[in-house]
Amino acid sequence: MSDPASNTGLFGIHAAALQLRGARMGLIAGNIANAATPGYKARDIDFAAALKARLSGAGADQATSAATRYRAPVMSSLDGNTVELGTEQLAFGENAVGYSASLSFIQSRVATVTRALKGE
Amino acid sequence: MAGPMTLFDLARGGLSAQLVRMNAAASNLANASSVATTEADAYRPLRPVFAEQLDTKSGTSSVKVTGVYRQQATPVRRHEPGHPLADANGDVFAAPVDENAEMVEMLDSSRQYQNLVEALSTAKQLMLDTMRMK
Repeated sequence: MSDPASNTGLFGIHAAALQLRGARMGLIAGNIANAATPGYKARDIDFAAALKARLSGAGADQATSAATRYRAPVMSSLDGNTVELGTEQLAFGENAVGYSASLSFIQSRVATVTRALKGE
Repeated sequence: MAGPMTLFDLARGGLSAQLVRMNAAASNLANASSVATTEADAYRPLRPVFAEQLDTKSGTSSVKVTGVYRQQATPVRRHEPGHPLADANGDVFAAPVDENAEMVEMLDSSRQYQNLVEALSTAKQLMLDTMRMK
């Protein structure tokens, strides 16, 4: 098993990417759950920054917490909540597609290696 | 809670908070036409208050209901001498429930509930795909 933090292991960049996509999914789901909480500030992960930090050797927790940003609302509500459902749905969908893409790369890598092992 | 908060814990918190909100709106609607003899006895609308519940281990935040409070609203005084609950002046005090506001509250709550269920089912599907590696 290769270190997920390296870019050269069995799964390349996708092991680290999948881990970060999972963390981002939790954060955005938290935003959606807090859509009615007064004073709640929506947060998101700057994915590019988190991936860069992860690939240069930072731990998964450290990389995500350092790249977590507050979302700038288009129009903030009176109760101080900055969750905008459209924005969050879009971010969640985009993240889910990214997650699926990374997962597909990993799966095809596993299939390739399995085929090579079986010698078919 | 033991261990870090999972997506399922997070969604459970959100769904039950929205359910409390929907129940409060339903109670308010049900009591929209209730009357009382004195101003103090009149029904006052219920309002749940939400707060963020941050899990420092995983960095995700769920929701909790910190309490359900009575809204500070003045009951509507109506002159109905024939009413069995009328006071000495022939007045009754009606509940200050705004039906339109309650309907909007319920719609908003159910939209947010649906949203969370949708997000959870996407996340669950991705988890299953990862587990099966299919």
